[in-house]
Amino acid sequence: MSIEKFSDPGLPEHQHRQTDVSEKHADRAERQIAILFVLSAVGTIGTIASYIFIKPNSFVFVPVIGDTNAQQLFLGLGLAVSLLFIGLAAIHWAKQLMPDHEVVAERHEFRSEDKDRKEFVAAAKEGAAAAGLGRRSLIKRSMGLALGLIGLTPLVMLRDLGSLPKKQLNKTNWQAGTRLVLDPSNRPVKVSDLEVGSVAQILPELPEGQERTLESIATDAVLLIRIRPEEFNLDAERLSWTHEGIIAFSKICSHMGCAVALYEQQTKHLLCPCHQSTFDVTRAAKVIFGPAARPLPQLPIGVDADGYLVAKSPFNEPIGPSFWERNSK
Amino acid sequence: MKKSEMIAGNVAGFVDDRLGAAKWLKKNLNKVFPDHWSFMLGEITMYSFVILLLSGTFLTFWFDPSQRDVIYNGSYAPLDHVQMSAAYASTLHISFDIRGGLLMRQIHHWAALIFMSAMIAHLMRIFFTGAFRKPREFNWLIGVGLVTLGIVEGFLGYSLPDDLLSGTGIRIAEAILQAIPLVGSYLAFFAFGGAFPGHTFIPRIYTVHVLLLPGAFLALITIHLMLVWYQKHTQYPGPGRTEKNVVGYPLLPVYMAKAGGFFFIVFGVIAFLGAVASINPIWLYGPYTPAQISAGSQPDFYMGWLDGLVRMSPPLETHAFGHTISWNILIPGLIVPGILFTGMALYPFIESWMTGDKREHHLLDRPRNAPNRTALGAMSLAFILVVLLNGGNDLIATHFHLSINSIMWFTRIGVIVIPPIVFVVTKRLCLSLQRADRDLVLHGRETGRLVMTPEGEFIEVHEELSPEKKWTLSSHEQQAALTVPAEDASGVRNPQGFRGKIRARFAVAHAEQIPAATESEAKELGHGHH
Repeated sequence: MSIEKFSDPGLPEHQHRQTDVSEKHADRAERQIAILFVLSAVGTIGTIASYIFIKPNSFVFVPVIGDTNAQQLFLGLGLAVSLLFIGLAAIHWAKQLMPDHEVVAERHEFRSEDKDRKEFVAAAKEGAAAAGLGRRSLIKRSMGLALGLIGLTPLVMLRDLGSLPKKQLNKTNWQAGTRLVLDPSNRPVKVSDLEVGSVAQILPELPEGQERTLESIATDAVLLIRIRPEEFNLDAERLSWTHEGIIAFSKICSHMGCAVALYEQQTKHLLCPCHQSTFDVTRAAKVIFGPAARPLPQLPIGVDADGYLVAKSPFNEPIGPSFWERNSK
Repeated sequence: MKKSEMIAGNVAGFVDDRLGAAKWLKKNLNKVFPDHWSFMLGEITMYSFVILLLSGTFLTFWFDPSQRDVIYNGSYAPLDHVQMSAAYASTLHISFDIRGGLLMRQIHHWAALIFMSAMIAHLMRIFFTGAFRKPREFNWLIGVGLVTLGIVEGFLGYSLPDDLLSGTGIRIAEAILQAIPLVGSYLAFFAFGGAFPGHTFIPRIYTVHVLLLPGAFLALITIHLMLVWYQKHTQYPGPGRTEKNVVGYPLLPVYMAKAGGFFFIVFGVIAFLGAVASINPIWLYGPYTPAQISAGSQPDFYMGWLDGLVRMSPPLETHAFGHTISWNILIPGLIVPGILFTGMALYPFIESWMTGDKREHHLLDRPRNAPNRTALGAMSLAFILVVLLNGGNDLIATHFHLSINSIMWFTRIGVIVIPPIVFVVTKRLCLSLQRADRDLVLHGRETGRLVMTPEGEFIEVHEELSPEKKWTLSSHEQQAALTVPAEDASGVRNPQGFRGKIRARFAVAHAEQIPAATESEAKELGHGHH
């Protein structure tokens, strides 16, 4: 017995709308559409009135939203009303009064007839043959050379987009003896300025008359943290880079360069808010969680003759995210 | 009526006298478009694009795309006398000193979010209904290109104000560039005109944001629509709908009025959001400086999945021969997204390879009738949702008092475990739904009415479905699995080798179906009661 599928009953019979059969309903739909258009016009008038008459600095309290700028609010509401009601009117019009007979159109396969395809393929082949690329290999090779080389032009022309990195990614403005100053006040820091448990945002002191740039902040920002010295769990060298429980790390995350700004005093963890890499301050900013693969570089610090905190030497490794030329040990 | 008909006639005559286009226009003014709510998703995308162009143009009249330092002295008091970039200052100016400026900024940002959401929803609709199949692969590829560009365009857009939040995003983008082996530092220095952050990045991305990418969008959207027009829209299966026809409403006037009206509705809704729902209040973040950051830094949602991937990445770096390779950036930032988008772009060709189906398709699949594809889509979606969840792990942790570490571990494991589970569950679910369809057609709808037979037996009365409904639930094509020859004519086993084996395996998985109900079976069962 052959399997018989259900047969297609064809398009369902058209159902007339009330507006198709009753003039009264059609007239009512017309009035509804007109009202919607008029409401849009009212919205536009409201928009214009809000622009002219509401003071730009007046605020209104709206439940849920809170205090909000009255002019922006009413301009927006007016705009929304004027637009929405045009849309509603047009759709109501289309649905109620425009013909709603479904129409059937034919589809045709996109593939051309075999004859046309053969001729098309033949023409393409003929064109390729007429150009003679297959036979004249000298032209083919020299053209390849020319086209390949011309691709270099835009690359060369873009060379002046920026300077070469050279050793810049390895450098910061920290030198041996550079004083640590507070950001943003630029005051030098003494040990007594920092209580145990506190954190300070630090930048290197600039020579007289030099302006601080964002580029320098992006490499120089340092976080100064003071804990009780006995809480450190460092080797002798790293311990010698601290001073009376004060330890300094680059604030630029070793993962993707965000500012590692969250210090948890209880656990002595530093957390980067971008990707949650977590560093243990007591163990030289060792990564204890998250995607960062390297500790934050530590800045060796001591005090100068006047008792101000200074860098004992520059960072001994590049700060911030990795790059190909970085020599990571 | 008479008069308006006369004007319409005159206009048509005027056009044809000059263009001779009567034949083409006559055909196309009556172009038939099928109707379904899910076809509006693409419309919403296109309308929000238009709204983006309009509101964006408004913003350019006051926005100053420059990173030159200025001292702010506008009407937002908390930032008075603060040093900042001209880009940030002019964004404050638009927000506080231009009437309707804040509204336009908010409309622009909301429109961007709706643009991306609608585009992704549209893409899902196309995927789950199989609308990408031959002959529509070109449009699928263009669509994948548009999603990719949309993500970039959105990122560049919210980076322009140069506030603390967006500057942090740029910093992360710079780190991704810098991580590319061999050329990374050069790319970063070229993009930023030297060391980060420099003074050239905002002006450069401004050109890309307002000229280059919108131009590309315009071109791609035009081709996208022309292809929809030329190839005619797909339609859902149903009575009277076949592969050879298209059933719907004519362009003029019904579709024109509906689509035009819908544009105004989309614009109205976005204007309403712009009026009442604050978005990206950049004045609260302050100007960008590399040493500061705000907790809970979040990108917009279409970047959130990338951020989530980066967050969950294990801390892997290779240090060798004086060089560093950051797998913790390359894998989540470039490699995984690359694989995802390539796989998505190639899917129509992969599916046709698995099924061996090279025919044209104009009738859409109900997702349940393509269980393997639906399961694959649900699996990809589950992957994206898990990583997106991790992109918001800090906010989830603070809102729900959870440990951020446990959320991270949950998603790290979940991203591997959950998608396969979702695949299996979705596939089973699809097959169950097919079974339910089959039962409905063969046994009718349960009415909930219990009747006692003269023999004292209780039965529930089943109501037979209408012929239309029966057809809709049973007419889908169920292709048998492609057979890959196990031996060729000369006796070589597995002539297609390993690829052939894989293909055969996929073909079988793809062809797994519950047989659709047939009339023969229905007749055998008798009607309704049993």
